[in-house]
Amino acid sequence: MKAGIVLFPGINRERDMAIALTLASGSKPRMVWHKETDLSGLDLVVVPGGFSYGDYLRCGAMAAQAPVMRAVRDFAAAGGYVLGVCNGFQILTEAGLLPGALLRNAGLRFLSMDCHLRVERSDTVFAGHYQKGQVFRSPMAHGDGNYIADPATLDRLEGEGLVAFRYATPQGEVSEAANLNGSARNIAGIYSPNLRILGLMPHPEDLVDPLMGGTDGKPLFDGLAAAFAQAA
Amino acid sequence: MQRQVDQSLAAEFGLSAEEYANVLEIMGRTPTLTELGIFSVMWSEHCSYKSSRVWLKQLPTKAPWVIHGPGENAGVVAIGDGLAAVFKMESHNHPSFIEPYQGAATGVGGILRDVFTMGARPIANLNALRFGNPSAPGTRRIVDGVVRGIGGYGNCVGVPTVGGEINFHPAYDGNPLVNAMTVGIARADRIFLSAAAGVGNPVVYVGSKTGRDGIHGATMASAEFGADAEEKRPTVQVGDPFTEKLLIEACLELMETDAIVAIQDMGAAGLTSSSVEMAGKGGVGIDLDLDAVPQRETGMTAYEMMLSESQERMLMVLRPDRQELARSIFEKWELDFAVIGHLTDTGRIVVRHQGAVEADIELAPLADKAPLYHRPTAETPKQPALAAARIEDRVGLGRALETLIACPDLCSRAWVWNQYDSTIGGQTVKRPGAADAAVVRIEGHARALALTTDCTPRYCAADPEMGGMQAVAEAWRNITAVGARPLAVTDNMNFGNPERPEIMGQFAAAIRGMAAACEALDFPVVSGNVSLYNETRAPNGEARAILPTPAIGGLGVLDDAAKAVGMALSPWLDLVVVGATRGWLGQSLWLREIAGREDGAPPPVDLAAEKSVGDFVRAQIQAGAVRACHDVSDGGLLVAVAEMAMAGRVGARVPAGPRDIPSHAFWFGEDQGRYVLAVPDAAAFLRVAEAAGVPAMKIGTSGGQDLTLPDGGTISVASLCAAHEGVLPALMERAG
Repeated sequence: MKAGIVLFPGINRERDMAIALTLASGSKPRMVWHKETDLSGLDLVVVPGGFSYGDYLRCGAMAAQAPVMRAVRDFAAAGGYVLGVCNGFQILTEAGLLPGALLRNAGLRFLSMDCHLRVERSDTVFAGHYQKGQVFRSPMAHGDGNYIADPATLDRLEGEGLVAFRYATPQGEVSEAANLNGSARNIAGIYSPNLRILGLMPHPEDLVDPLMGGTDGKPLFDGLAAAFAQAA
Repeated sequence: MQRQVDQSLAAEFGLSAEEYANVLEIMGRTPTLTELGIFSVMWSEHCSYKSSRVWLKQLPTKAPWVIHGPGENAGVVAIGDGLAAVFKMESHNHPSFIEPYQGAATGVGGILRDVFTMGARPIANLNALRFGNPSAPGTRRIVDGVVRGIGGYGNCVGVPTVGGEINFHPAYDGNPLVNAMTVGIARADRIFLSAAAGVGNPVVYVGSKTGRDGIHGATMASAEFGADAEEKRPTVQVGDPFTEKLLIEACLELMETDAIVAIQDMGAAGLTSSSVEMAGKGGVGIDLDLDAVPQRETGMTAYEMMLSESQERMLMVLRPDRQELARSIFEKWELDFAVIGHLTDTGRIVVRHQGAVEADIELAPLADKAPLYHRPTAETPKQPALAAARIEDRVGLGRALETLIACPDLCSRAWVWNQYDSTIGGQTVKRPGAADAAVVRIEGHARALALTTDCTPRYCAADPEMGGMQAVAEAWRNITAVGARPLAVTDNMNFGNPERPEIMGQFAAAIRGMAAACEALDFPVVSGNVSLYNETRAPNGEARAILPTPAIGGLGVLDDAAKAVGMALSPWLDLVVVGATRGWLGQSLWLREIAGREDGAPPPVDLAAEKSVGDFVRAQIQAGAVRACHDVSDGGLLVAVAEMAMAGRVGARVPAGPRDIPSHAFWFGEDQGRYVLAVPDAAAFLRVAEAAGVPAMKIGTSGGQDLTLPDGGTISVASLCAAHEGVLPALMERAG
């Protein structure tokens, strides 16, 4: 698998992402500086977490205008695979690659804790190593993860099966109590209509090593590595 | 318009009449405003340690693994694999009272710079916090702001906040303590220092632009608070963690080259202290041209630029032939880069601005003739040891336990930790609350660091010497409890007004106790910070000091991160207490929270026993014989067992203790040097302990959903957790 990790000033989870991708695929991802525009040869573009441009305007809004994002849009338009995590998800929504927006958490506080995610479909390159309906644990760490979109968009996402993960209890119940940041319909991650772009708020890349408390996040990267190993 | 420089202006700047007379003697003339500013900040308590230096010298600072002790930006110890840990703790108490969010945020930013300026990538933050009475009106605002500030800065720069501690006591009502600690990792042979060298070498300013924020912050931090605290708000700096993140990456990238001769962050007293200290340490002179300083505001004077404490700035001396390489790296990271001067052979600091010489001071006397005070000390009166048998238990074990685990000093801190990113970096082996020390693996290595901060201020108030000793011992114990080898500490000495003999007496005694413990435990002090004048003057003129709080930041190493143990119980194990239990109730939380008394001598620390018990526990963990371990500290034995049960969401059965100690004293006494271990087979374990000459006894077994108490009562772990975890959210999130 040839993955590229896009770096904006203020991105800070690129190392975590590189560790997870390398662990799963055996090959180190390429770091792509925000001024670069050549993404050729990549199977997967990852926009990692952090505070691009300090999140001083609106989370992801500045990064969405960077030169590399034009290349990411072209890459996606050509059917390329894109993963955006946390600030990366925010950037993808700001760039118009995914619908909706991420608002301040409902409790108005930064939340750093484990959450549980229910897998809504497993027939994608991202979720192929999970089972549909499976619940996995993942760290999350964000102040603005409260997913929102207009009701028509939410209905469309659900109707077209584009909800990737929902916040759930460890038993898999999609409830208000499990919805830590107040996201609409407990949505933690969504796909593009062609299922090749995934944006999600939690950090599965931080739970890929038993020493760090578990490997619940690893199947996501194993699935990607397997999909692109076959493709190669 | 500039004020005339005279003794009254010097007094406003915090210089005493005697100190100002010294300035006149050194200068041989009336100093300029800028010169007076430079003297006043360099000779402030904050920068000169004038009241504390004589005592700090007593602390042991050496060990074979110490690479750099006190005197550099941070302490450096070798941890194996050719790596070094770089760490320090520093206070931001005064700013955090005036403006909690920015005060705490810039505290985190400042300590991060102290660490990466030495060439280390920061891998962990911790913070030791003390707040006032939790139900007092101002406390909630301060807690909220400080926690948001620490999170806001640390989360954005992308360094995990993995540990720390919080106490509440009315003595901190007008004077919260915010002590921030950063730990970084560097190659042991690539440590960057601050001593300037090479006459003619360029002096380079990088980072944020200079503004008028924080002028005279160091002087503010060297005075007590009166009713005008609110008016001091402009002396608090504003943090920009985004720029700090860029500065970290740019500096570390430049440090991969051979461009840097010397580097120091611009912390307290900004450009003044960085330039004076770098040139002073290197025995060279320095010429600064302030016209070249990147400025955020127009019309700034030399005085303002020299004293500004604008954040996220560094000063470097570069090899001239690497200047353009360095410039290109900082331009890539979109940070200011300006050559603002050069080194000279004059031994003087010369500051030019708009064609005029605004300051010209000989550096040697600025350092050598800095004030040094042997302030009078008064010993804290000793309190009698309390006889446990004479203190009646009117409550019983179950109710006392429920009260204790929900009291402000023992209730769950999850509400705070959950606002700090503790997993970023992907190396956090033991997150906050999972173990006695945070455990962070070093990326690409099996090795991990064990990190903790500790101090028990109520012990320090009752007996500062024993309290100082206990703070060091507890840090050593917490590192031991995860199976790590303790290496060194950083200290953050928070005290009241040193001009009062009883306060200076507390300071001196605490240092004595710390020195004894550091010596006995082979646990030297490699860096530190002193914060004095933590007092608030009440409207009636009475000075109210904080409890003496010598906060200790401890660092240890695990050669194999996989051997770390946490405190969470799992079912069907035996519980063993290692270390002697005598039932010491003086200064215990049981005494305060249940009996309503805050008296008696604190529990004594037996340093020889501490060492032998700790070495035994560590060896057992390393041998794989221990499934969970938790030191016995605040609240005593039963609280320790309950904390292990809550962490694992597993019950335990603890039968009656020995008959010769009253039950409440056995279960809630705070005898030092003890650990509760969960082991597969107590009988076998006790034989090993006996052979090692270490006191140990079985106190129970784990399993089920309930905690079954020695008196036969039961409490469900779920209800304990609910009580334990509900306190801070209820205090902090209540409406109105």
